[in-house]
This record gives sequence, structure tokens and C-alpha cells, in this order.
Amino acid sequence: MDLVVAVLFQLVYGIANLALISLGLAIIFGMMRVINLAHGEFLMLGGYTVVVATNNGVNMWFAMLILAPFVVGIIGVIVERMIIRWLYGRMVDTLLATWGLSLLLIGLVTSIFGASTATTISPPLGIIRIGDYSASGYELFLIGVTVVLFIAVWATLKLTKLGLVARGTMQNPEMSAALGVSNTRVYMITFGLGAAVSGLAGGLLAPVTGVLPTIGATYIAKAFITVISGGASILAGTAAGSILLGGINGIFAFITGPTIGEVALLVAAILLLRLMPRGITGRFFRKSL
Amino acid sequence: MNGGGSLRQMRGVFIFAMIGVVFMFVAPYVLQLFTIINLTTAIALAVLALSLALVWGYGGILCFGQVAFFGLGAYAYTIAAINFGGSTWAILVAILAASAFATLLGYFMFYGRVSDVYLGVITLTVTLIFFSLIRRTSGPEYKIGNALMGGFNGVTSPPLNLPWDSSSFLFPEQVFYVAMAALILCYVFCGWLVTTHFGRVCVGIRENELRAELLGYDTRLYKLGIFTISAGVAAVGGVLFCNGVGRITPDVFNLYNAALTIIWVIVGGRGTLIGPVAATFGLFYLTSALGGQSLFNNNLVLGLILIFFVLLVPKGVAPTLSGWFTKRRKPQRVTRRRRRQGRAL
Repeated sequence: MDLVVAVLFQLVYGIANLALISLGLAIIFGMMRVINLAHGEFLMLGGYTVVVATNNGVNMWFAMLILAPFVVGIIGVIVERMIIRWLYGRMVDTLLATWGLSLLLIGLVTSIFGASTATTISPPLGIIRIGDYSASGYELFLIGVTVVLFIAVWATLKLTKLGLVARGTMQNPEMSAALGVSNTRVYMITFGLGAAVSGLAGGLLAPVTGVLPTIGATYIAKAFITVISGGASILAGTAAGSILLGGINGIFAFITGPTIGEVALLVAAILLLRLMPRGITGRFFRKSL
Repeated sequence: MNGGGSLRQMRGVFIFAMIGVVFMFVAPYVLQLFTIINLTTAIALAVLALSLALVWGYGGILCFGQVAFFGLGAYAYTIAAINFGGSTWAILVAILAASAFATLLGYFMFYGRVSDVYLGVITLTVTLIFFSLIRRTSGPEYKIGNALMGGFNGVTSPPLNLPWDSSSFLFPEQVFYVAMAALILCYVFCGWLVTTHFGRVCVGIRENELRAELLGYDTRLYKLGIFTISAGVAAVGGVLFCNGVGRITPDVFNLYNAALTIIWVIVGGRGTLIGPVAATFGLFYLTSALGGQSLFNNNLVLGLILIFFVLLVPKGVAPTLSGWFTKRRKPQRVTRRRRRQGRAL
């Protein structure tokens, strides 16, 4: 029984982890049709923000929950103004430009902080016991944060005026411009918010994974596969993709080890795309957010 | 447009190929051995750039994971050469392994009608999964035949030998000849391929997939074909690469190398073959020069180059240059128009 609970906990954590690293990407892709290849570097910058801040005596929770999303959000807005806004409607070019941005950010961080791991911070919130097994309290916290984050994004999109305007602009930019909405501002804010969510995710994961200039690469493969498998809907797609792929990864990793788990995740995603080229939400839950 | 014109259309290809042949015979007498060995690596990378120029520039397929086939070819060669005790069949195994993998992956992508941007992301993801997968194979239990996978440290590649004579290894200078010859052959092959009926249909699909399909072409099959062929060419590059470097490590699959391949083609220009090859040599020497100093990080410079080209020179150097060139020579206009019609099919 305890074993079942412990394994289930790991499974849920794996799913939450996948959802957390994918959400920022999903927001930017789902709302703006921009595939942000610098997503992994946004996560990395969030992690560095937390490490640098805590090393300078800032409270860790403040650094993770407030500072990381704030800093990366600002960076996102700057990036949108300087690069992305010239390329709207040219998907391939945005993809390439954000790839260039990704290299640029890796290079910048390497020049500033060096190529090796910066001083890491250990995960707070000790250990919780499940019978004979133990699990990390911080992992439980991350599962909670992921759920809260999904609810917050849902509420922002569905209940606030900003969300309404943003959804309208994405559906029909000319019409919303005719109604007096500044499209460029909406794009800027949306990109900034997507970046902020990525920064938050990166900050929260920093104690678990440590930070490296090149750590983005370990995230983006999984994040992309999740978002693409999920399809166009931001929340439902990310959730469905994470549950399916995270579940498969977790089960295979439990049976055979982490290497096969990742391969199973990829094979599942490719098979899924053969059957449903538009992702899960292209076939099911089409009306969802 | 049909067979008779094909030789004339390949005039440019032959000119560049001749320049390559001259370079191949002159270089060992002019340059030092160290430079020659370095050059072999650059040549291998140029073959990789050529394969992406074919599949992206002519096939319109956004393959961000061309290094996957390159690396797969290198690993397949190394493992096969260790097991067979000779390189002759190993080269064939490398090309077949990469092509077979490309066919399998391409079947799922093209027959699933995955659109271009997704395609880029999927191929990139496959590459990164290879990276993390092979990095983990460091224990003694991971071996194929006699070849240990070696995880992070990679595998030492056996050098090329004379065909069917596994005792006479080639010296670095001879490997340079082989590499240069392979590059020229691959270049002429790709240059020929794009003038054939098959190549023209691929270009037609790039320009307008729906129209090509309505004309009765099975676009999925053509895309799969050019994807597989380019993977085979990339594998040739991989074989040369692990010979030039002496070993193959999982680092070939990393994000940096995947980006580098894209940058060569972007800088050289999509829709040409010689542009990306020339850009590879240029950027190879730029990054080697940058490696000697510590002020500017390689990633930083390459990122700036990529952003600069995407925003300001989206066509790349070779098409931009030839655009200036043809503008100067007005009487060419008729042929230009005809050529454009040919491209649009």
C-alpha cells in the first residue's frame, strides 16, 4: 500500500513537473502562434535569478515566487519589443530568431557566471513520510504550485478584462483593433506573461535541478513535445499532454529506468502525432481553453 | 526543363566542383598538416550543411535535427567498424542506418501530415533525446557487439582503410583527399538531384504543396524521399567527421550543433547548395578563431549572427549576392524569368 502511494506520488510529481515547464511555452504558443525556442533559456534565467538573489541574502521564497517571474517577464517584454514584433505571421522566422536568442542568452550567462554550476541552493521543506517510504516535501509543494498556477492562468484568461481582450485579439486582430484595442500592447503583455510563467517555473525548479547556462536544453525537448502533443488549447492541451506523456514516462521509468522512460515518452508523442496531427485538443475538448 | 537542359543547368555546379578539385590537389602542398586535419573536420561539416541545404532549401522541409542523422551515421560507422574490423562495409552501414531511421521518422511525420514548424520541433526533439540517451550509456552493460558506447566520453573511431584491406589505414593527409572527394561527389550529386524530375517536383512542393498535390503528385512520398536522401548525405558527413576528429561523442547531438547547422544554411542562403558549404568553411574558421580568445563566447556570437540574418538578411549571403549580380547584367532578364517559371513548376 505504501509503495503504491509512493509510486503514485512520483507519477503525479512527474506530471506536474512536465506541466510546470511547459505552461509558459503553451501560453506564448497558444495565444500568439509563436514557438519560442528560447523557452529553455527563460527557465534558466529564472533559475539564475533565484540563485543570485538568495546568495545576496534575499529571502528564498520571495526570490522564487516574486522576483524570478518579474525579472524574466521584463526580459520577455524587451525581447518581444526588440525581436519578435518584427516577425509576427512568419512562424519559421520567429522560430529561428528565438533560437538565435537562445544561443545569445546561453552565451551571455556563460560570460557572466561561468560555464559551470553556480552555487546551488538546497530544496527547502524537509521530508514527508509515506509509511516506510519518504518523499520530498518540496515536490509536494511544486505539485500544489502547478495546480494553483493553472487555476490562476485560467482565471486571468476567463475572468479578467485583460484575458478577454487578449483572447479577442488572438481570435481576430483586425476586429479588436477596430474596437480600439492596441494589438501591439496585447502581444507585448501576453509574451511578457508567458515569459514570467516560464521564469517562475525555472525559479521553482532551481533548487531541484541546480542551474547551468545550458540547462535549458534539458527542459525544452520535453516542453515542446508536451505542448505539441497537447495541441492548441493552452490549459487543457498542456494538462492532457502532461498527463499522458508524464504518465507514460513515469510508468516506463518505474519499470525499466529513466533512460527508457524518456525514449517511451518520445515514441508515444510521435505515435500520438501520427494519429492526431493537431494534438490531443485538436481532436478532443476542442472548445476548451 | 527536361533532360536536355540538365547539363546546362548544372554548369554552375561543375564550375564549383572544379574549383574544389583544384583545391583538393593544391592544399596538401601549400598548407600544414595541422591545418589539413582541421580542414577535414570542416569538410565533414560542409557535407552536413549540404544535406540540410538540400532538404530545407530545395525540399522546403524544416529539419532542425539534421545533426541526428549526422551523429547517427558517425556512431553507426564507428560501431560497425569496430565489429567488422574494417571500414569498407561500415560506411555503407552508416548511410543505411541514417537513411532507415529517417524513413521511419519521416513516415510518421509526413504521413501524419505534420506541418512545417512542428516538423522542425519534432526533429529537434528527436536529436535532443538522442543526446540525453547516448550520454547515459556509460556503463559496461551498454555495448553493441564489441563496441562499448562509452556514454559521455564517446567511442574512439577506427580510421578509414583501403577498401577490403583492413590492415592499411589511411593517413590524415589521405583522409583529407577522401573527405574532399566525398564533398565534391555529394555536391555534384545534390546539384544533379535538384535538376531531375524528382528534384523539380520537390521544389514544386516547397513552393506550393497543395498545387503539387492537385497535379497528382503524392507529396508525402516525395518529401519522404528527399528527407531520406538528405539523411544519407548527412551520414556521409558523419563518417568523415568521426574520422577527422578521431572519436565520436554524444555532443554531436547537442543543441549548439543543431543550431550551428541551421546557421550555416541561413547565412549561406536557402535555395542554393554552394552558399551553405561556403558558409560552413567561413563560420568554422570564425568559431576556431573565437575559441582562441575568451572575451566573446561562441554561443553569444552565433546567436547574434542568427538573429542578424533572420531580421536583416533573411535570404542569406549567396542569393543576395547573386541577386546584385544579376541586377547588374540586364540582358539576363529573359533567362531569369524562365528560370523562375521552372522553379514554380
